Amino acid sequence: MAWTKKVLRVNLTRGTISVEPLNMQWAQEYLGQRGLASKYLVEEIDPKCDALGPDNKLMLVTGPLTGTMASTGGRYSVVCKSPLTGTIACSNSGGYIGAELKSAGWDMLIFEGKSPKPVYLYIRNDHVELVDAGEIWGKSVWAADKFLRARHQDPNVRISAVGRSAENGCLYAGVINDLHRAAGRSGVGTVMASKNLKAVVCRGTQGVGNVKDPLRFMQATETAKKVLRDNAVTGQGLPAYGTQVLMNVINEAGAMPTYNMRETQFPGAHKISGEAMHQPRESDGKPNLTTNAACFACTIACGRISTVDRGHYTIKNKPEYWGNSGGLEYEAAWALGSDTGVDDLDALTYANFICNEDGFDPISFGSTVAAAMELYELGVITKEHTGGIEFKFGSAEALTTAAELVAKGEGFGRDLGMGSKRFCAKYGRPELSMTVKGQEFPAYDPRAIQGMGLAYATSNRGACHLRGYTVASEIMGIPEKTDPLATVGKPELVKAFQDATAAFDSAGICIFTSFAWTLDDVAPQVDAACDGEWTTEKLLQVGERIWNLERQFNLAAGLTGKDDNLPKRLLKDAANIGPAKGHVAELGKMLPQYYQIRGWNDQGVPTADTLKRLGLS
Amino acid sequence: MLRALKLEPEKCTGCMQCEMACSYENEGVFNPALSRIKVFEFHEQGGFAPYTCTQCEEAWCMHACPVEAIVFNPETGSKDVLAELCVGCKVCTIACPFGTVNYRADTGKVMKCDLCGGDPWCAKACPTGAITYVDIADTGLARMRAWAQRGGATSARFNAPVAKDAQNFDRAKA
Repeated sequence: MAWTKKVLRVNLTRGTISVEPLNMQWAQEYLGQRGLASKYLVEEIDPKCDALGPDNKLMLVTGPLTGTMASTGGRYSVVCKSPLTGTIACSNSGGYIGAELKSAGWDMLIFEGKSPKPVYLYIRNDHVELVDAGEIWGKSVWAADKFLRARHQDPNVRISAVGRSAENGCLYAGVINDLHRAAGRSGVGTVMASKNLKAVVCRGTQGVGNVKDPLRFMQATETAKKVLRDNAVTGQGLPAYGTQVLMNVINEAGAMPTYNMRETQFPGAHKISGEAMHQPRESDGKPNLTTNAACFACTIACGRISTVDRGHYTIKNKPEYWGNSGGLEYEAAWALGSDTGVDDLDALTYANFICNEDGFDPISFGSTVAAAMELYELGVITKEHTGGIEFKFGSAEALTTAAELVAKGEGFGRDLGMGSKRFCAKYGRPELSMTVKGQEFPAYDPRAIQGMGLAYATSNRGACHLRGYTVASEIMGIPEKTDPLATVGKPELVKAFQDATAAFDSAGICIFTSFAWTLDDVAPQVDAACDGEWTTEKLLQVGERIWNLERQFNLAAGLTGKDDNLPKRLLKDAANIGPAKGHVAELGKMLPQYYQIRGWNDQGVPTADTLKRLGLS
Repeated sequence: MLRALKLEPEKCTGCMQCEMACSYENEGVFNPALSRIKVFEFHEQGGFAPYTCTQCEEAWCMHACPVEAIVFNPETGSKDVLAELCVGCKVCTIACPFGTVNYRADTGKVMKCDLCGGDPWCAKACPTGAITYVDIADTGLARMRAWAQRGGATSARFNAPVAKDAQNFDRAKA
């Protein structure tokens, strides 16, 4: 079992709330979380619908291991059609609210339609109500969180909310939970705001108790935790440095996208690295990093809790930012930092605070700022467009001012809120947008890590590192080392990572466990918890099924194989520095082979045989 | 040998494994709402702290109970609630200065930590050593050692950088 077997359906247009049983056949075929909600979405919406219209649906979904003692069993996802990419969107988040939703008795929440006025959903176990959100509409996530806690007089509620960026149509706004965890990518927060839904406030006191074989489950989770503890990455590197352990590693590998991906190494990387976050500051002798933090049930604890230097220009006269909050993850540090050329750790930390406070994706934001800086350098945009800001690479002030403008949806922030693709198109230089399917790249240059080029091009939600993280193999040697500059064997590697990742996600656990775990470690935990028989093979098939289902959605939405592409810069301009010097991303050498092993035709469409094999016809 | 739960907030990451272990052992369900141990987050200060009953020798709750439903367990030193005697009057929850005895609406009784009969699950589940079950006389030993080292580090025999490294190492929890 482990599923609560209950789905909450909220029709925002009519203001109705209904309870329905979870489709258990789909639970067996898609496990939970990402897979399960994707199935519901595919069945319930027209893939061609307007992502920001009432016909799109928004699903908050947990997995069967969410809310249990399985390490990292606290994940939930927000699933809908993306306004940024037009593809399926699935953004995964940690923190505590996933487990709280499960403890309140819900596998999934489905939001339909659009509320005539701003509302939020309050859940206390079976008690569910839509409440007027007039007082918090137009307020930040942090302000809304504070208000809702006070109103409900309950320190134990968990809150997911959207900020002002989402309300103002920023296309990469996320849904923020627990103040600084984010279902961050692809504009899922924009969709939530488009429905006039400001927040979900949840308190669950029922717990998760219906695991299939409790004794075996406790043994399986304990064994798996030991694997995490004994692994150098999950046992030492991530707790000490967070994902920021990668900053210097990736920079040395010459895979650090810099200056809107013009370059592949950043001279200032050491100043914004995980190591730098431990260094005492000159001004107050305190390091940027206060402590590490875990999400619910996580025994890794890679989260960063940080402060900005009180003397820093960004917060000098703003005591509301003097406390601790979520610090820099590698992706945020890279996008806000090396891609824009800013090496001021405090400025990056502040910009990251603003991203959390008003709910927008630091990857897409940083990359869009980087594109704007390049256009500014080229003279395509001027101070007239930026509202007087000198928008130069390396300018911390440009970065932090831009963050404030996007947060409030003001001035030049409106332009930046469109995302890199639309921004560059607006100013006539679409080729300078570093995106796939309209979504900005994460922190690994595919010229130096070839597998990632294929992973980005074929990711079902546009450029993304969390759909097939071949960096693990190509740089870190997990599960085995492959040559990052080689293309041979990469289609197989990418497929294996993509399928396994879909299974990890759908179980309700964190993909970072996969630095230490394989599906062989996951299967015994899922099998002890869930009805039915769950082997590694079955999980892999579930993963492949999910991958193809997402693909079907995207094809039906109007995307084609032509969208499995990379920007010209990465395909034509060779890296001019570092270990990848002279290399371009060789997508053409990998993509046909990838289609073939996927069982897709040469247009990237799954064949009838493939669909039949996966039960998708 | 009597043992006690030793709580070290600086090692806590807020993962809630202790709360789930506690509720699972005592109630058969993963449910922080039913845990006898609680983890608190101090967001602005940037920290977490686990907290539960420290088993007072002269336990306020035990002395306050009008029906003697809270009893001393000589084997573990814990003060245990006898559910069959508890009448749910909540006087113990008022008497306890630390708030670690709490009423449950679903059973009409109070609940508190009983050290799981001498094998506390929270300590077994804690991944960072923030909760350990140690000789009752030694709960302060590690902290004394840390201060001893800090004092020692100012003396001529130690040089400052070494002590500073040690602090950074602690902070990194590496």
